[in-house]
Amino acid sequence: MLELCDITAGYDRRTPVVRGISLTVAPGEAVGLLGPSGCGKSTLARVAALLHRPDAGTVILDGEPARRWRHRAPRDLRTAFGVLFQQPRLSADPRLRLAELIAEPLRATGRRREIPARVGELADRVGLGPELLARRPHEVSDGQLQRACLARALVLRPPWLICDEMTAMLDASTTAALVAVVESYRRESGAGLLAVGHDRTLLTRWCDRTVRWAELGGSAERPRTR
Amino acid sequence: MTATHPGPAGSRPVLSVRGLSVRFRMPGGRSVAAVTDVTFAMAPGECLALVGESGCGKSVLASALLGLLPGNAQTAGRALLAAGSAETELLTASEAELARSVRGRRIGLVPQSPAAHLTPVRTVRSQLEETVKELTGITRRAELRAAAERAAGRAAFPPDHLDRHPHQLSGGLAQRAATALALVGDAPLLLADEPTTGLDRPLVDRTVDELKRHLGGDRALLMITHDLEAAERIADRVAVMYAGRIVELTDAPRFFGAPGPRHPYARGLLDALPGRAFAPLPGMPPELGALPDGCAFAARCDRATATCTTVPELHDGVACHHQVTAGKDARHA
Ligand SMILES: Nc1ncnc2c1ncn2[C@@H]1O[C@H](COP(=O)(O)OP(=O)(O)OP(=O)(O)O)[C@@H](O)[C@H]1O
Ligand code: SF4
Ligand SMILES: [Mg+2]
Repeated sequence: MLELCDITAGYDRRTPVVRGISLTVAPGEAVGLLGPSGCGKSTLARVAALLHRPDAGTVILDGEPARRWRHRAPRDLRTAFGVLFQQPRLSADPRLRLAELIAEPLRATGRRREIPARVGELADRVGLGPELLARRPHEVSDGQLQRACLARALVLRPPWLICDEMTAMLDASTTAALVAVVESYRRESGAGLLAVGHDRTLLTRWCDRTVRWAELGGSAERPRTR
Repeated sequence: MTATHPGPAGSRPVLSVRGLSVRFRMPGGRSVAAVTDVTFAMAPGECLALVGESGCGKSVLASALLGLLPGNAQTAGRALLAAGSAETELLTASEAELARSVRGRRIGLVPQSPAAHLTPVRTVRSQLEETVKELTGITRRAELRAAAERAAGRAAFPPDHLDRHPHQLSGGLAQRAATALALVGDAPLLLADEPTTGLDRPLVDRTVDELKRHLGGDRALLMITHDLEAAERIADRVAVMYAGRIVELTDAPRFFGAPGPRHPYARGLLDALPGRAFAPLPGMPPELGALPDGCAFAARCDRATATCTTVPELHDGVACHHQVTAGKDARHA
């Protein structure tokens, strides 16, 4: 169970972007969180994946409250999450070839021996051939890079997936293909999913249930546009 | 709704691209065919939406027009920009000329991945003011400030976020900042590469409406987008790209409505929408470093025959040997 309890978070304590949000994802469940642009849903997604320390509130993973964040979080907690963001360029080390990018989490956790088999299997799943695997991020399109990032997110077989507008920059067919990869992984692994975004048609088609940001008790207002 | 558009036949095109190809030289003597034999023209006042699978060459096409290709790229063909009195052959223009009189001034660019393009150490306001100064010659502080705020407003960038740095913006806000920057120069041709990524539907509508309004009667907009709803909303014509080639070029109302796409790939693309079948095209996207002879879609196409081993020419807006017609099959050899 992934529980977010009364989370307040942001980048400046005086004006938090997430205020008092609570949300629960059961094991194996796919929850879609719908919110307008700039409402703070990406920040909440980062809190859920232990990548951003909240100002208040608790994240409870399988009954254990998280106490440390980012690189200080214990390894087994950190690696419990596969995370995908909207902008793969901002989360991919530009020096690595796609094959190395996918293998990175295995290398970082001392599981090098698994690399060849696991990278090969995942590359097949996400549709990256050997030629693309040998290229670096600046030599591939955003969509190709996102395929690699999805493979990287799955490489440690995480029990939880957090997808923050994973498909926002993908075409309809690639979107359908990557969602199918996520869903087939979830079927065989029983992983839970939190997908945030603003595409209602997509999230209702993809997830078991969707919740709207405004229903979660959050009072953060969206930035004024006038 | 009528199917007419300011056709390239009428007034002189703002941009006219003929046989444009881009190859990337790769180690080991291999090469990537990112764009192949692309031909189209854009009339004043026209919005052309360029759609297609991720990695099919859309952004490379835009980079080629702006002279922003990396060193390992080779181009062929022509791309004539006729804006105002000046004519420029974009593929052969010098870097100095492109920097001085094309980028920002005669071609505005809304880049894909805006967060990666904004200068990280400066606020949005200071980047906007500097661009205004450079492109309009305004120098008085108060005027600069006002012009920058107007530009922000046009792109629906919230004024209370102007003093933030790029890393303090959400993806959607960074997108709007980049759009504001691209509109400053009032360029006759606007290239927008995924200008609505990260925006919710009301903001998508507002952004594309603003881009469209910006066209007036004499500017042109090439909008690269995965957002087919946005394309349907503002495009006059749609160009569908597959494996570096334009495989269909049609009036938008006919494409999105009846009779619908005529190229099998374009059909599949529309069917993949979550509001439709939500089914990906079968098979994998082709690797542009190892394209087959003949039609590149053949491996994934349920209409492929022996004829498809030769590349279909773009004929009457479709490049397919067995194009789909409403209801029944049509063949032309
Ligand atoms: N510097 C480079 N060297 C080699 N290949 C490259 C380079 N840059 C891009 N490519 C390749 O060119 C092709 C077209 O890339 P491009 O970025 O134009 O795709 P796109 O259609 O814009 O995709 P997306 O919708 O994902 O943005 C891709 O196969 C990509 O891998
Ligand atoms: S040319 Fe042949 S393979 Fe290509 S899209 Fe048409 S029918 Fe399919
Ligand atoms: Mg692109």
